[in-house]
Amino acid sequence: MVAATGPKAKGANAKRPKTKRSGRKPPVDPTNLLVREFVTPEGVDLRLQLGSAGERAGAFLLDAVIILVGFIALLIAGISAASAFGLESQGREFVGAIWLMATFFLRNFYFIFFELRPQAATPGKMALGLRVAARDGGRLTSEAIFTRNAMREIEVFMPAMLLLVGWAMSMVGADPVDGWSVLLGMLWTGIFLFFPLFNRDRLRVGDLLAGTWVVKAPRRALAIDLAHDASERLARFDFSAEQAAAYGVKELQVLEDVLRRRDPRTLKAVADRIRGKIGWATGPEEWDVDFLSAYYAALRGRLENRLLFGHRRKDKFDKA
Amino acid sequence: MKDLQLKSHRFRAEREADWRRLEALLAKAERGRAARLSDDELLQIPVLYRAVTSSLSVARATSLDASLIAYLESLATRGYFFVYGPRTKLLQRVTRFFRRDWPNAVQSLWKETSVCALIFLVATVAAYIMVQRDNAWYDTMVGGMSQGRDFAASTESLKKVLYDDDSGHLLGAFAIFLFTHNAQVSIFCFALGFAFGVPTALLMAQQGLIMGAMLALYASRGLGWEMGGWLMIHGVTELFAVILAGAAGFRIGVAVGFPGEKSRIDAASAAGRHAGVVMIGVVIMLVVAGLLEGIGRQTIHLDWARYAIAGTTLTLWLSYFYLPRPGRVA
Repeated sequence: MVAATGPKAKGANAKRPKTKRSGRKPPVDPTNLLVREFVTPEGVDLRLQLGSAGERAGAFLLDAVIILVGFIALLIAGISAASAFGLESQGREFVGAIWLMATFFLRNFYFIFFELRPQAATPGKMALGLRVAARDGGRLTSEAIFTRNAMREIEVFMPAMLLLVGWAMSMVGADPVDGWSVLLGMLWTGIFLFFPLFNRDRLRVGDLLAGTWVVKAPRRALAIDLAHDASERLARFDFSAEQAAAYGVKELQVLEDVLRRRDPRTLKAVADRIRGKIGWATGPEEWDVDFLSAYYAALRGRLENRLLFGHRRKDKFDKA
Repeated sequence: MKDLQLKSHRFRAEREADWRRLEALLAKAERGRAARLSDDELLQIPVLYRAVTSSLSVARATSLDASLIAYLESLATRGYFFVYGPRTKLLQRVTRFFRRDWPNAVQSLWKETSVCALIFLVATVAAYIMVQRDNAWYDTMVGGMSQGRDFAASTESLKKVLYDDDSGHLLGAFAIFLFTHNAQVSIFCFALGFAFGVPTALLMAQQGLIMGAMLALYASRGLGWEMGGWLMIHGVTELFAVILAGAAGFRIGVAVGFPGEKSRIDAASAAGRHAGVVMIGVVIMLVVAGLLEGIGRQTIHLDWARYAIAGTTLTLWLSYFYLPRPGRVA
């Protein structure tokens, strides 16, 4: 059954050749440009979804806050340790060295440490349901992780330093030439900073060099089957064949969404629309939810039956 | 419509237990407890994963329950990352790195390494000659790095720097300071290679200028030989590491500029991974250099001993990286 992939998935022989440019592939899903075809060795297309620029920035901000808090905590711990050791130079120097080492590791190895773990994600990425993956579908190697994070040096720390320098220079009232060089520096680093926005795969420079990308790997819970739920309670609803054939897959999935959200006003509006369309007379004590659930079950039953015979009715305008 | 039992629901009911089992096992493994999974459970994961990918294919073809398909997609993705994720043990990875990956990666960078070393040497020699002709160049080249070691300083104070055992300081602390500083510089050197290697070349030349100017200062006071020992005991390792970092940066710069047969992106990522191996090694070398500088140099004051250590480390590094040995892919 492995070969029976969805209609959009390509066969094994359509796998991309090694030299193919990544920018030339047609989008898998025209409505969502961040979905990528990703065929596993089992021949199943996982349709990975890339993390959007906003999510990436959010994850990074979370991590940056964690690092900053770490710096401050270390600073406080260092100062209190130095005063506890007494203020002779040896103790102070010892604490200073430990602090230096700790901040160095925090700055350079925070990301590397977390991305080397099985989750391949920092706490910030985990919070947003992201993870790092190798672009070619192979294993995520430690050198790739090192490379993608070493590039942060020019992507993040250099702009940060330049901002600090610019701010300090404006404080002391430096001459305009230096201000210009800071501006040029900002432009140069801005290219790196906004690099992810200028390519389809939302790659940082580090991602590009390491051959990685950041994908969504959310944990989803298995929700109840709405059709099954309806079939037990709502056998009294009896739709005719024409009534059950009023819509296609697109409408079915909108209906599924509406039923899962259970917003009373939307339910009422949708129920009224469907009743009008199929000419359904509202019976006594008929709840909108019950009607919609029953109709969902009937519609899905009809569409899935047609699907088994090879007809996928896209939407209500599809006459197939 | 009496028979509302959908085929897609029966499909789900038959397989749901397997899916939930895989979900539970993955949750356990992802919490970092892969070691605590029993052998039986570990063997089950790939089987269940394949069952889920098969379910996903069937569901896409026959079911119209969008949330079910989304669930299976996320479960299959998690399973994929676990089943095809890195699984070699840490110890194996570390030994492989030292036995094969690191020396091979460094060896294959020999062209870039030579170019970097050449830039560095030319800058050193040029700075030496220029400062010898005109002392005014010294301040331009060394600037704030001099810390009082300039032409205004007395020979005595200059000599004191070379043999000061820093009894007031903790040697370990000094070593840590030097290591963090140098590692930051070399990571910077590497990362800047992305801009076609130009900033990396500038940084390499700058390091060479500083060293050449300092050598000229000490040589003018007749302390050239002593300065050499002071510098080389750790400098052999440290400069080698910085040169390798520059070479790794160059490799990326060249790949971005001249991708050859591959697409630019593919060439860049191939070079990036390769250079990443070298960079992990560079950090290790800098730890060694920091120890030699912070502890070795402050405790060993004999010039010939300093030179002996420098010579030994250089021989060791060179033979480790470049010596042909059995089972090595050139």
